[in-house]
Amino acid sequence: MNYTSQKSLTYNPSLTRNIGNKALTIISALFAIISVLPLILVISYVLIKGGSYINFDTLILEPEPPGDDLLSAGGIGPAITGTFIMAAIASIISIPVGVGGGIYLAEYSKSGKFAKFIRFGSNVLAGVPSIIAGVFIYAIIVSTKILFGSMFSGIAGGISLSILMLPTIIKTTDEALKLVPNDMRRAAFGVGASKFTMITNITLPAAFSSISTGVLLALARAAGETAPLIFTALFSRYYITSFDDLFYEMGSLSVLIYNFALEPYEAQNQLAWAASFILVIVLLTLNILSRWIGTLGTFSKNKV
Amino acid sequence: MLLRVDKATTSKFLLRRRPTSEKLVDIGFKNIVVAMASMVAVVLFSIFAVVYYESTESISRYGLRFLFSSAWNPVTDEYGAFTAIYGTLFTSISSLLIAIPLGVGTAIFITENIIPEYIRNIIGIMVELLAAIPSVVLGLWAVFIMEPFIRPFLNIIYKIFGFIPFFSTQPLGAGMMPAILILVVMILPIITSISKDSLKQVPSKLRQAAYGIGASRWTTIFKVIIPAAISGITGGVLLALGRAMGETMAVTMIIGNSNNFSWSIFAPSYTISSMLANQFGEADGSQVSSLMYAALILMILTLLVNVFAQWIVKKLSLKYQ
Repeated sequence: MNYTSQKSLTYNPSLTRNIGNKALTIISALFAIISVLPLILVISYVLIKGGSYINFDTLILEPEPPGDDLLSAGGIGPAITGTFIMAAIASIISIPVGVGGGIYLAEYSKSGKFAKFIRFGSNVLAGVPSIIAGVFIYAIIVSTKILFGSMFSGIAGGISLSILMLPTIIKTTDEALKLVPNDMRRAAFGVGASKFTMITNITLPAAFSSISTGVLLALARAAGETAPLIFTALFSRYYITSFDDLFYEMGSLSVLIYNFALEPYEAQNQLAWAASFILVIVLLTLNILSRWIGTLGTFSKNKV
Repeated sequence: MLLRVDKATTSKFLLRRRPTSEKLVDIGFKNIVVAMASMVAVVLFSIFAVVYYESTESISRYGLRFLFSSAWNPVTDEYGAFTAIYGTLFTSISSLLIAIPLGVGTAIFITENIIPEYIRNIIGIMVELLAAIPSVVLGLWAVFIMEPFIRPFLNIIYKIFGFIPFFSTQPLGAGMMPAILILVVMILPIITSISKDSLKQVPSKLRQAAYGIGASRWTTIFKVIIPAAISGITGGVLLALGRAMGETMAVTMIIGNSNNFSWSIFAPSYTISSMLANQFGEADGSQVSSLMYAALILMILTLLVNVFAQWIVKKLSLKYQ
């Protein structure tokens, strides 16, 4: 029998299926361009417009109250320190708890009912809107004045940010530890290590780079959050000068942007752009850093 | 042959009992990490308990009427969250409808070998970096750059289609439409990166088999690749929906914050989260309780979406290998 077809085997661009294919490829390329466009636009506006308002004074001075001085709005110094302090408070709370929780999930109870419930719970917690975290902290810390009688405070702001960091850190620790091969655990037990020694000396160091990736990503997310801060830390125009100031209102870059963007004064709006320049630079650096660290680890996701 | 053991060497390795201190450290450490893991549950339950407790006054006073009334009057003490609930659902679902084709299309484009891999990687990283931009910065950008830019286009739509209730008010700045667009920008990275991950996990055997029986690229994508990755894509879409419903800052800055209900997407409106951001600071008395009731509704909505997302990923995921 003769199976050779009379049709040509060369590519025929006028076939319906080839035209359809081309059209769909072009459409998907268009979609990809549209998806990348916002990033380019936002970043270039923030860098160009924000960067043009950056100078030494803007970085150091305290912001002026809106409307006082139409030409200058002062600077964003206290907001920068405030963001760092609250991010630090959030990290001090959420890193130990998150890494500990992750250790429990990965090392002690791999598929127990309780572990399943905790994994489910941390996924749900990750989905809780950030403003709800603010409302929650307002209800239990700010309105009850539980922190030595202070109401709005940097500490309350830091605690509300830690709620947002917790699920990410637990999840990445859990996943990072699961990537460490069981052979290493058996080897450690084989030479007589206790479980505590095994975890602290073998598995945690092996998973360190993946865990720090997660921690940095969580930190980057928390540092840019506004919603939980607007009624926990509120805003302050002044630098903190003593430890006691942690128990009072504290400014942050994100709340400064929110407050000053909606002011009718040009000078304040410019300060908002300057603040978003600093914030975006810090967050992009954290993100790129976390990607780089993620590629370093022995058992990181990208390598296995 | 039997392995001969030298007696002199074995006696050096005496059996050592694990010291009590080491055992105590072990037990103590386990208890500490259990306590830390439980923190998740404690925080989650207390969030629910606190929000519910704070809203009991409004729940008992208004009941379900709260969901269907759009009154918001602190003077007469009459509250209803219909505008905010409608705004939340409408903005999040319509932004999802725009973002799904864009996000999944981008994900397909960067998982197929249409252009060189390094360009695809750059596109992928750029879309993911978009997620790193804080929502308040996107809000600032939306207020000063995007909204003035799109207003003429919206005006044209208003002039031509103004007789349709959805376009029946003149776009004068802040409103629902810019809020929807900024939500698209915010949820696009989620949909794209999750779809990309699940498309990448489809075994290449499936693709080769489809090509082998003569399917074209896009037949393969629509009939083989997407169905195989549908669980991940659906999960990502639902996560994005949850995120869109809870998104606060960018929406608050651009939606106009008005409790007057309007069908028009050009009119100022409210979402639950923007209502909270706007009013919670200055509220007292029964207004706080009403805001807490609205917060509870928002929590239940996002919870349902998230739980459904987790369930559907488990249910639909095909097991390869």
